[in-house]
Order: sequence, then structure tokens, then C-alpha cells
Amino acid sequence: MTQGMKTGLNPGSSSAPGAGCRKGWGYLAAALALAGNLVFAAPGPRGTGDLGIVVERGAGSLRLIETSGNTTLARIEGLGDLSHASAVFSRDSRYAFVFGRDGGLSKVDLLEGQVVRRVVQAGNAIGGAISQNGRLVAVSNYEPGGVKVFDAETLDLVADIPAIYQEGKPASKVVGLVDAPGNRFVFSLWDGGEIWVADMTDPAKPGITRHRGVGRQPYDALVTPDGHFYIAGLFGEDGMALLDLWHPEKGVRRILPGYGRGEEPLPVYKMPHLEGWAVAGRRVFVPAIGRHEVLVIDQDTWAEVGRIPVAGQPVFVMARPDGRQIWVNFALPDNERVQVIDAETLAVIHELKPGKAVLHMEFEPRGEEVWISVRDEDRVDVYDTQTFARVASIPADKPSGIFLTDRAHRIGL
Amino acid sequence: MPLGLNKVIGWTAGIGAVLVILSGASLAALAARPLVPDPPGIASGVSEDRAAALRHFLTQDCGSCHGLTLGGGLGPPLRRELMVDKPVPYLAYTIMNGLHGTAMPPWSAFLTPEEGEWLARELKGMNP
Repeated sequence: MTQGMKTGLNPGSSSAPGAGCRKGWGYLAAALALAGNLVFAAPGPRGTGDLGIVVERGAGSLRLIETSGNTTLARIEGLGDLSHASAVFSRDSRYAFVFGRDGGLSKVDLLEGQVVRRVVQAGNAIGGAISQNGRLVAVSNYEPGGVKVFDAETLDLVADIPAIYQEGKPASKVVGLVDAPGNRFVFSLWDGGEIWVADMTDPAKPGITRHRGVGRQPYDALVTPDGHFYIAGLFGEDGMALLDLWHPEKGVRRILPGYGRGEEPLPVYKMPHLEGWAVAGRRVFVPAIGRHEVLVIDQDTWAEVGRIPVAGQPVFVMARPDGRQIWVNFALPDNERVQVIDAETLAVIHELKPGKAVLHMEFEPRGEEVWISVRDEDRVDVYDTQTFARVASIPADKPSGIFLTDRAHRIGL
Repeated sequence: MPLGLNKVIGWTAGIGAVLVILSGASLAALAARPLVPDPPGIASGVSEDRAAALRHFLTQDCGSCHGLTLGGGLGPPLRRELMVDKPVPYLAYTIMNGLHGTAMPPWSAFLTPEEGEWLARELKGMNP
């Protein structure tokens, strides 16, 4: 049934059932966009469970998308510099909080298709998180380095946490900011080589626990879907830093030490991302830094149990929600390719060439389809993850991140 | 670095003062020029098509770390006014060879030496 609804490459070319309805949406959105009116009026009440946004990094705009018919509903403009932008969602999945490179934090109403609040909270930012209870939005900043916490309702500043790790030195750039159970935020200090846990029980007075000397230049981090473990990848040395959030008193442990010892790493043309949790069974899949490999970790022992040779330097290593497949995209010069790994056999079972500069992939909540942004082709493509057929293609202006609303209900996203 | 910038500003102001005696039109022409004049006699060796591709590369790929508007990110900002006291050969060398101990990789696998220099000049606003 889903297949029938989604066969058309675009609303205009499809004669599948429901095409008329999709056409209507398309025309409505287009007409409203032309009229300069960003509001798209849904015919009657509408849920948000199949909505999402695509970041148009160059234009500073978003495309509001829906995944039931794979169409664009509206274009939302005026969000500033969206290079490396990311987003989280309110607990009712109605609002997206978009973190821009220029320090802009924008609250976007998906049902109205417009920005409802916006603050420029720093000179240079990298991402953010929403608290377990949904009341706080935290942003990790490069300049000035630290984390700022805002009221999710009003975007009023609630707490400011400068990442001062050593007296006399400028505050560290902050990366890998995630939410964790217990209304905590966890983040890493790029310059400081530390992991900090902020307990937001009293939002105005965060309780900070510092873990020092976790390794050189943590570049990004992730938290397990159960909120149990936080892992930071290290750029400055081989290895990763692991923090057990059930037992933070045990401190940070190094895993995969020296996974590339004795080998000359390749230049890293794009910093990998650790997002979501590429886990299948007890296996965890992470990108190797400066190597054409995906590393496989056993979650019981945290030891490396395999390396999968892939087409280039991995940027995103993402598990399909059912954990059966791992999808990987790459840095230059291999960024036109996507490879699919079978989580059981650890073999690369398929390769796609979506086009020049594949930047991001986002699975639909149950994993039957995946959205892929192809920056230099100005397109977002949707693939069937079983057949690998392209089932939709949507124009977008230099698209990068894709964020679907089911993130609202997932720890660490 | 601020010292270097001040120097150039002082230098420019000095020239400006001398030129006050010249006509308004000449002065306007001077103002439109970049702070640091082109070194004479360097042919860019980069075609127009390639220049467009290099601009795209600068915005999108350098922009991954330095920001789409070159306002900085994991890498430092590369705004034009910050490039004033950075010589073209230094910038070109850094682009081609990277900076050891930082996240800046060498880009020589993607660029010819002429293209590295073209990008360095682009950062300084020296390309036509």
C-alpha cells in the first residue's frame, strides 16, 4: 500500500492513487510561496508524524517535507547561515529548533510553515539538543566556546556554560552535545579534550561534572538509544572516549586505542559525524578517521571486532532502524557514492551513486525508505531500502541535513 | 596580526592623504581597490570555468569547516579583512599542504599549484 502511494517521482508525473491530493498540496504550497506567504494552510487538522525538514545550506532556508507521499509542502526562509545546520524537535513534534552556523537558533512551526521565534545567541555555533522533559534547548558554540541553554517555549536564555578548561586560555569549542536521561546534557570540548555532563535539575544552575584528559580533539559524539553510553570520537589520536552515563563516577574509558597504529592516516577532507547509533545486535559501527574503513565494535566488551573496507573515508555511518543494514556516505573525492553494508555478514552488499556531494541520509521511522541529500545536484532523493530503487526526487537548493520528526521521541537526537 | 592590519591601514591612510590633492575621481578609484594591490605580472592560469568551480569549492568544501560565509567554524574565520597581512604564498602553501597538528588537510590532491594560488588570491579579494 505504501508502495502504491509513493511510486511517483514527483506529484506531476504520477498517476498513482492519491496523486491528485498530492498535486493539490504542491500547487497550494507553490501558490502560497509565490504570494510570499509562508503559511501553508492544512485542510483541517493534521498530524506531524510524517513531516520533516531539509536544510538548504546556501539559501538559509528549509524545505518542509512529508514522507507519506514524499513531497515538499512549503519553503521556509530567513534562517541565516545554515552551513552545518542541524535540528531537534519539540516533544509534540510541532516545532523544529534549527541550529545555524551563525549562532542563530530558530523555532519553526511545522504546521504553520514559518519561523515563530529566532535568537542569534552566539557568533558561531555547531548544533544542539533538547532536554528529556522538552523544556530546554541547548546549543553548542564555537565562538564564544561553550553551551547556552534556552527555554524551549520562549527561547529566553536560561543558563550559560562557558567551556573554560584552563585559566588564561580561551573557552573551548564545544562539539557532540546530546541530551541524556535525568535531564542532563553531555558534550565534549574540542580544544580542551574533556567531556562535561550538565545536570539541568535546576535549569538556572547547571551542575557540571568534568571529565578531563579524555583524548585529543574530540570531534563529535553520540549517545546510545537507551541513553546509557556516551562516546566521543577523537580526531587528534586514534581511539574513542566512552562514558557510562549510568556510572559517571567510574570516569571515561578509552576504547579502540591505536586502531591505526603504524599506519599513516590519510588527510581528512571532511570531519566524520557520529550521529544516531549505528548498532545491530551487539555490534556498533563507527567511521574510522583518515581511513577507508568502518570499524565494528562489540558492545559487550567495547573491543574492535572487525573493519569493513569501504569506498572512501566515511562521514555518516547510519543503521537502518531495524539494524539490518548500515548505510555509509563519504568525504571528497568519493562523496558521490553511498554504500550499504549487511549488518549480519559485514559485507558491502550494494553501492549507489546518487550524484555529486552526498551530504546526509535520514531513514524514515520504520526504515522502508531513506532520504539522501545530494548537494551539488540540488536534489533530495528518496530510496527504497529493500530494492534500492529511487522512488522520489525533490528539488532543493544545495541541500544538507535532513531531519524527520520522529527524532522528537528518540534519546540523543 | 592586529599590528599588521594597523600597518596596512596606516599605509593606506598615508597614501590617501597624499592623494587628497588629486581629483575626487582618482580618489574614488583608489577606494574601490583592495587594500593590498595585486603583485604585478602574475597570470592566474585558471580558466573562467575552473574559477567558477573553485569558487564553489571554496564556499561549499572549505565552508564545511570555515563557514559558508568564511566566518569560521571548526576552522578559523577567513574573512577578507583577516587575510590582509597573510601573504599569498603562505596561504597557498597552507591550502596545498595543510597545517600539521590541526584539522586542516592538504588539498594538493584536488588542486594544481596555480589553483592553490588562485584560491589564496581569492581569499584576499585579488582576483578579477
